[in-house]
Order: sequence, then C-alpha cells, then structure tokens
Amino acid sequence: MATWWAASARAGLRAWALPSRLRRLSDISSARNGDLQATLEPDPVLFSQEHNALQESLRKIIDKEINPFIDKWEEAGQFPAHKIFKILGQAGFLGVDKATEYGGMGLDFSYSIAVAEELGNIRAGGVPMAIGVQSNMATPALSKFGSNELKQQFLVPTIAGDLVACLGVSEAKAGSDVANIHTTAVRKGDDYVINGDKMWITNGCQADWMCLLANTSDAAPHKNKSLICMPMKLPGVHINKKIDKMGMRSSDTAQIFFEDVRVPCKYLIGEEGMGFTYQMLQFQEERMWGVAGVLKPLECLIQETIDYTRQRKIFNQPVLYNQTVHFRLAELATEIELLRSLLYRAVALYIKGNDVTKFASMGKLKAGRLAREVTDSCLQFWGGMGFTNEVLVSRLYRDMRLISIGGGADEVMLSIICKYMDTIPRKM
Amino acid sequence: MALRALVGVKRVIDYAVKIRVKPDKTGVVTDGVKHSMNPFCEIAIEEAVRLKEKKIVSEIIAVSCGPQQCQETIRTALAMGADRGIHVDVSGKDYESLGPFQVSKILAALAKKENVNLVLLGKQAIDDDCNQTGQMTAAQLDWPQGTFASEVKVEGEKLKVVREIDGGLETISIKLPAVVTADLRLNEPRYATLPNIMKAKKKKLETVKPSDLGVTLASQVQILSVEEPPQRQAGVKVQTTEDLVAKLKEVGRI
Repeated sequence: MATWWAASARAGLRAWALPSRLRRLSDISSARNGDLQATLEPDPVLFSQEHNALQESLRKIIDKEINPFIDKWEEAGQFPAHKIFKILGQAGFLGVDKATEYGGMGLDFSYSIAVAEELGNIRAGGVPMAIGVQSNMATPALSKFGSNELKQQFLVPTIAGDLVACLGVSEAKAGSDVANIHTTAVRKGDDYVINGDKMWITNGCQADWMCLLANTSDAAPHKNKSLICMPMKLPGVHINKKIDKMGMRSSDTAQIFFEDVRVPCKYLIGEEGMGFTYQMLQFQEERMWGVAGVLKPLECLIQETIDYTRQRKIFNQPVLYNQTVHFRLAELATEIELLRSLLYRAVALYIKGNDVTKFASMGKLKAGRLAREVTDSCLQFWGGMGFTNEVLVSRLYRDMRLISIGGGADEVMLSIICKYMDTIPRKM
Repeated sequence: MALRALVGVKRVIDYAVKIRVKPDKTGVVTDGVKHSMNPFCEIAIEEAVRLKEKKIVSEIIAVSCGPQQCQETIRTALAMGADRGIHVDVSGKDYESLGPFQVSKILAALAKKENVNLVLLGKQAIDDDCNQTGQMTAAQLDWPQGTFASEVKVEGEKLKVVREIDGGLETISIKLPAVVTADLRLNEPRYATLPNIMKAKKKKLETVKPSDLGVTLASQVQILSVEEPPQRQAGVKVQTTEDLVAKLKEVGRI
C-alpha cells in the first residue's frame, strides 16, 4: 500500500515538471471542441501580439531563472532579490508602464497586467509578490509625481533592477486603516526626521529604499501624510525581524523601526500632505495587479487537480469521475474567467483615464475570495497528498490566503464598494 | 568583408506540449496548440546576432516557411536581433507535406536571391527531428557545410567550425559561402527584451510565395500512418541487487 501511494505521488511529480499552462493547452485541444479551442487564441479584448510576445519572453526567464530554484528559496525564507530583479530589469520587465526617459518602456498599464498575469506561472506566490512591489506598488507615485532629480536617483535604478524597493504603509497599529498610521516625518532644517515603525514590509530585509508614508503635519488624517523616498541604509533604520509567515515564504517580510532617521526634504514625492491621496491612487494599480496575479496560479491548480484526480483511483475509478469533482472544477474555472473579464474591463477603463476604484476593489475582493475557494476545494480533492508539502496545492493554499488580507483586506474592499453604493450607515 | 546571413527559423509545437496523434492518424494535433520557435533555430539566430555584434555579419535575414502564424516566429527572431524577415507562405496541403527537401530548395533560392554568404540553421527541428535541411541546402547550393556546430569562427575567407561528432569534437575549416547548422552547445540564446520586442514590430517583414522563388513544392513523401509510441508499462520495485539479478534472470535478460 505504502509503495503504491509513493509511486503514484512520484508519477504526479513528474507531470508537475511540465509547465502547466502548456499542458492545459494540449489537454484542452484533445477535447476536439471548437468552442474551447477558440478560447486559446490570443486574447483580443486586452492583449495584442506584443503582449503575447512579452509574455513568452518572460516565461523563458521564469522557467530558467526562477522556477528551478523556487523550492530552495521557499525553504530559505528569502529569494535573491537583487539577482532576480537585475535579470528582469535588463529584459525591461520592471518598468513596463514607466516613462522611457527613466528607463521604462512607456507602454500602457495593460502591459503591466500582461506581466503580472504571466508571473503567475512562478510556482510560489512570494516571488511574484516581491516583483509586484518593485514594479507596480512602490513606484507609481514616484513616477507620476516625483521630481526629475528624485526619479533619476530612485526610479531609474529601480526599473533597471539595480535597487530593490519596498513600500512602507502598514504599521503594527494601522494596516487597512491607512489613515491611522503613526510614523512621523518632522521637518528640521533641510531634513525630515523620521520616527515610528512599519510592519509587513515585503522586500523589507533586502530593500535599498522605501517608499514611505508618514505624517508630516498635525492636519486632518487624510491631509497630513506624505510619501518620501527613504534610503534603507541610513543610521536609525532598524530591521527588527524577518517575520515568520504561514505562506509567501520565499518573500522576506520585515518589521522596521525608525529612530531619528534623517532624510533630505528633497526626497519628498510630489507635494507635502498629498501622501494619502497618492497612496490611494497607487492602490488602484496595486489591486488590479494583484487580481492579474491570481489567475494563472488558480488555473494551473485546477489543471493539476484534473491531472492528479484523473490518475488517482478510489473505489476502482478515477477520483475525477465523481460528478462532485468535475462539476466543482468546472464551476471554479468559470469563476476564474469571470474574474478575468472584470479585470480586463477595469484595466481597459483605467488606461482610458477613468477612475476604476470600484471595479479594482470588486476585483480584489473577488480574487481573495476565489483564491480561498479554489485552493481549498482543490486541496480537498488531493486528499492526503494535498496535506503534504510536496505539492503545489498546499503551497498555494497557504500563499493565496494572503490575497484576502494584504493590499486592503476583503472587508476594506467591501467598505469601498459600499461607499459607491451609498449604503454605509450614517451617524444617527 | 562583412557577411550577410540567412537564418532559418521554424515554427514548431512548443517543447513542453504533450503531443497527440490525430484520430485519423494522418498527423499530430496542431490546432489550438502552443507553438514556438524551434530551439535549435533560436541557437542559430543567437549565433548570427553574436557575429553581428562582433561586426562580422552586416545583415541578418530571418526566414520561415509555413502558414501566416510563422510571422510570429519571425517576429521573435527580429526581437532577438535579426534585421528583417521573409515569410515564405506555404499553407494547406502544401504545408502538410512540406519537408526538408522543399525547404532546402526555398532556402537555396533565397540565399542566391538575397546574395548571402552564410546560411545558419538549426541542426534539426524538434517536431520531425529530420536533421536534413542544412545538408540538403548545402547540396542545392553546392556550398560547403559545417553541421552540428558547437563553435563557429570566421577566419578571413574561411570558417572554422568545431563539430559535435559521436567520438567527440571535430574541427574543420570550410570556405565561404557556407551552410552551418547549430548544435545545442553553440551558445545560450538571449531573452528577447521588451524594448526589442517593441522594436521588432517596426522591422521589415516581407511575404513571398515559393513560386516567386521558382520553387515547386511537389513532395515525394507520402504519410501512411502516424502512431502514438507504445505505452510504457509500469515497472517493478526490488529491494536488493540480488532481487534485481534474480528478476532479470527470470525474464531472460541476463
């Protein structure tokens, strides 16, 4: 019995060595179903041939430079950010939608989304998340509102992959309630003197600079905050600890303290007091990026679940032959496509200059919810194997749980949507 | 003297796709299946680009024979550094029966038309594994050939080619113009960078028909049947070497 079980597990492992997206394509083609095949054409809604070429090139980097080492990085609790970002930077993937004079490609946000989606082929959530922080979470405000000098100093090397960036918003006592942060940056002469702490900082242990949100005055909470480019290797910056997390283990997450850290006032991004507004704008992109990032991992998981349950027999027939299994997987695949459609609609509106806070929030909410549903349902079908650390499903079950928490929790997304629906109870 | 290079880039089913035979056994399923550039052709393009970077090659022309979708493969070559592309439009029945013989006639005609002095190809394509196109092209042109190259060096009017052969490595010196086919260890192809992918969009890509080149596509080969390879039987686990020897004796292998 034991030998048989191990043998079937190994058979499964062999299959996982194949990039699953490709297997998905070949598997579907065997269905000889014209309608299904139509879905395999390059996506005409949002993606052009250049988007596809970009994805193909990125896929090669993932298969060669990232996926072979991912298990090692998961175990080590950190991946070599400088090395990987340099490779991605040289190939032009870290500044897809940034201006060409700063080393970017000057393309619209849909190209960033194509990158985010393709990064989903990385076989752990931690590395794509870290890349996302670098390319689309720590830098949009700097790129939109920063001075030329500031962009030369921080944006150019970040796009090139020479500097690792992190984003400092959450604190031990303020997370999704961004307005409540306590960190202060007080003007003294030509410097800001920074005191406080930041928590849950992705890339925090390896970063060279932080896009820091701090209070620069005592004005109202939405008008007293500023974004500042803060070099991490300054006296008074203490990386307290690398946080031991349930998932996203290949990404380092830090708690950081600031003790009289002096930063030149010229490192301020845009205008003083506009930090909260900039950050809220920055969140739109971050959320759409996050939605794009869940599509491939979830699709991959469904395909691997199909492959596994097809060969795993129970009561003399493949697990997959149970209607509860194949119907459930069909249901989930449908939901993923719906989420993709919402995302593409939001992105299409966004690149035309619209505020898509509502759709981005709806997408982020659904991405978190659906990621929990898909990983949990699939894990169940994997049975005992799903509970081991040898399979992707258990890793994604842990990694993807974060989607409902990070970048604004589900409940925050609901509140935002409620504001648009005008259903938030008023004070009586 | 700067060289002009013609590089063949074949569109094949992606290496990672599980190949399936069509139910009517006339070939394999290609509809809706991911295709990409033959890996050996990627190596050939990379070598041409490196020669161009060393100013040995002045122009790289990437050519692919097949249906409309081959233009994507050519675009990839352009993104890697080729200067312009030629798509030789072959579709339908002609494409189904397209083999090394016809392609070599096309390549030879293009080599003359474009006045190139180096034809760089992959040693074989991963779909049919023919390993014939390079050799046949050299024969059509009556040019010297350096196949299975793991090192290529231009020395004046000659080409030094280190070839991978069964016994090890063989170094030959051949006169230009010549045909060279790339082996696996010739180089490691670069990633097409995003700036170059966007630039490739603006590079020239012309489409020609085989008849424009005076090539007829009549095939001498007829496919009778395409079969799946036999299914591999499950193995048996043995605890010790003694058990292994006993088992092997039992089945009459030793």
